[in-house]
Amino acid sequence: MLTLDNVTKVYKTGTFGGESLPAVRGASFEIRPGEVTSLIGESGSGKSTLGKMILRLTPVTSGTISFEGTDVAGLKGKRLREYYRHVQGVFQDPFSSYNPVFRADRVFATIKRSYFPSVSNSEWHGRVEASLESVGLNPVDVLDKFTHQLSGGQLQRILIARALLLEIKILVADEIISMIDASTRVDVLNLLANLKSRGLGVLFITHDLSLGNYISERTIILRRGVVVEMGATQKVFDNPQHDYTKMLLTAVPQLHKKWGAGLAPELEAMGVTSEGEGRPGRYSRSSMHPLAAMHAWKGHRAQVVAAALETAASADRTDTYLRTHEEVPPLVEVEEDHFVVTSAGAE
Amino acid sequence: MGLKVDQLRICYRTLRGDVTAVDDVTFDIADGEIMGLAGESGCGKSTLGNSLIRMDVRMRQLGGRVELDGAELPISDARAMRDYRFKVVSIIPQYAMSALNPTRRVGKMVSELLRSRGFDYKSALPEFERRVKLVGLDADILKRYPIELSGGMKQRVVMIVSTLLNPSLLIADEITSALDVSTQRAVGEMLLEFRDRNFVKTTMVITHDLSILAQVADTILIMYAGKLAEKARTDVVIGSPLHPYTQLLISSLPEVGVRHDEHTLVGIPGRPPPLLNPPSGCRFRDRCPFAFDRCAADPPFVEVQPGHSVACWLHADGVSPAGGAEQC
Ligand SMILES: Nc1ncnc2c1ncn2[C@@H]1O[C@H](COP(=O)(O)OP(=O)(O)O)[C@@H](O)[C@H]1O
Ligand SMILES: Nc1ncnc2c1ncn2[C@@H]1O[C@H](COP(=O)(O)OP(=O)(O)O)[C@@H](O)[C@H]1O
Ligand code: SF4
Ligand SMILES: [Mg+2]
Ligand SMILES: [Mg+2]
Repeated sequence: MLTLDNVTKVYKTGTFGGESLPAVRGASFEIRPGEVTSLIGESGSGKSTLGKMILRLTPVTSGTISFEGTDVAGLKGKRLREYYRHVQGVFQDPFSSYNPVFRADRVFATIKRSYFPSVSNSEWHGRVEASLESVGLNPVDVLDKFTHQLSGGQLQRILIARALLLEIKILVADEIISMIDASTRVDVLNLLANLKSRGLGVLFITHDLSLGNYISERTIILRRGVVVEMGATQKVFDNPQHDYTKMLLTAVPQLHKKWGAGLAPELEAMGVTSEGEGRPGRYSRSSMHPLAAMHAWKGHRAQVVAAALETAASADRTDTYLRTHEEVPPLVEVEEDHFVVTSAGAE
Repeated sequence: MGLKVDQLRICYRTLRGDVTAVDDVTFDIADGEIMGLAGESGCGKSTLGNSLIRMDVRMRQLGGRVELDGAELPISDARAMRDYRFKVVSIIPQYAMSALNPTRRVGKMVSELLRSRGFDYKSALPEFERRVKLVGLDADILKRYPIELSGGMKQRVVMIVSTLLNPSLLIADEITSALDVSTQRAVGEMLLEFRDRNFVKTTMVITHDLSILAQVADTILIMYAGKLAEKARTDVVIGSPLHPYTQLLISSLPEVGVRHDEHTLVGIPGRPPPLLNPPSGCRFRDRCPFAFDRCAADPPFVEVQPGHSVACWLHADGVSPAGGAEQC
């Protein structure tokens, strides 16, 4: 199990590091074995920073990250390598993880050199092939290919297969499906979900709520570096407490529910009926004078647009002014395994 | 009168041969209509969008005709198209946001663009500022550098600039793909708002994300491997698609509320075929769970219900052989 306790990251910025940017503030959560935990937040909210701290790619400013009881901050040399044997990351852009002129088998060779120098080549090949097969790839399709000859989905799977060659217990997956077509994305998601049955703990970093909801047991909502809500996925999604979580849930584009649908009842009360799509702006004007109905939905649309723009504008401000150094209010438990930040502290 | 595209064929000249990325494509977009164009990457969506405004030197029109507002759009004639670009037909290209020059103030970029098209910045400024406010931005954005703006702010600026002269046709290529959900929604609502205010007449929204189209599009056109697969009203494409490709695309999307342990979704195995020497017959054949012997021939794109067209042999019962042959 990997535990974060009151973890904060302040980046020094500006020419002489004179300014500071608190990218993550007081984050405390766990990544448990056999579970997928989603870390959901918009860009700039500190998701990757958290992932990098866990992977020791950047140091924490304060707080502790511990793996099976040991603070990982002090690990060096052999013990750090041991840590990486158990904790691995897969990142957003699969192409940057590779040098494009490399063939795919090279990424496996680097692991062998660091961790399994005494394993014979034939034994190693067997392991690589088994690992590729376990992520749904046919070794002959990918092994002798250059990386640019492979699809995004294939590359992501290769990276997961690489991590699986180690005895990993924790996998940090940072926005790994965002470059892949929806038609293959779901297979990579299923693969991550299936890692649970091997006892792995997965931290699934995404800005897409529907993906998080699909595969995770637990959900953490991050806003401007602050965990505003977290808990069992079903509870967070079915009974969101924080306004920010609620906003995210109404903004996420869905196939069968229109964005404006939630605001429609006032209009229906005025006798404007929807044409079955629930979108204001497509109302038939049955029982009302056409002009009156027209005005009604124009006013309504303006309201919908204004609300959407306001939430977007507040998100726009994320990176610039509103990030403060003030104390983060504590999370309170609203029901079993469901926590929310008290007051409008993160606002 | 809208946009009419008739049997359009566009290829790329490459050293290894012609890549026909838009192959016999026919559709209309009515005035006031927002049409979504979807399909996996590499299916020819951007090629189709770009061909209507800016053919690059390697692109060739092999056939077909494009009509906008009742007159032919001379897409192969780069010089003639110069009079249309930006004024009549405007595009927000894929990656437009990241293409903004980071060291040039927004106002300066807008004035240069307008001047290069023979328009006066001063007289366009009030309208620009009005629209800036309309989309929830501050007028002082003109004095800022793109580097100071978030993705959502940049995308909105790009969108106002591209539609400033009220074009007849707007092509928006993957404009929401790199945005957060709340800004995605703002930009999506903007597309609707701009249509409702007649800032643009016909809009083509290109994306690989069907759930965005479910929000903003009136009709959806699905492309596969350079060809049309299905076109219908949005609720029909989302709710009762007929083409196996559309059905599989939709069933691979996790929606909020769908959970892996209760309902495991499946992707579409395989990849779209290469467009240099594409396979004969239905191009979806090797990935299609319903493929049968007839699929060795190219299925015609036929209207099966009013406003609903499909290119699939499962839905071509009424097609006479002559009707089918005409399409090939
Ligand atoms: N190396 C860095 N130096 C300074 N600021 C950084 C650095 N990395 C990230 N940031 C800033 O920290 C904040 C959080 O970034 P990040 O963790 O990448 O967020 P996310 O992954 O959620 O988009 C952002 O404001 C970003 O600009
Ligand atoms: N400049 C080019 N030269 C040759 N082939 C190209 C070029 N640009 C795109 N293609 C090919 O055309 C097809 C369609 O590409 P594109 O229109 O970008 O698809 P989409 O926008 O649907 O992802 C792809 O197979 C791609 O490889
Ligand atoms: S024509 Fe045949 S192969 Fe093509 S989509 Fe229809 S059933 Fe499948
Ligand atoms: Mg990130
Ligand atoms: Mg494209």
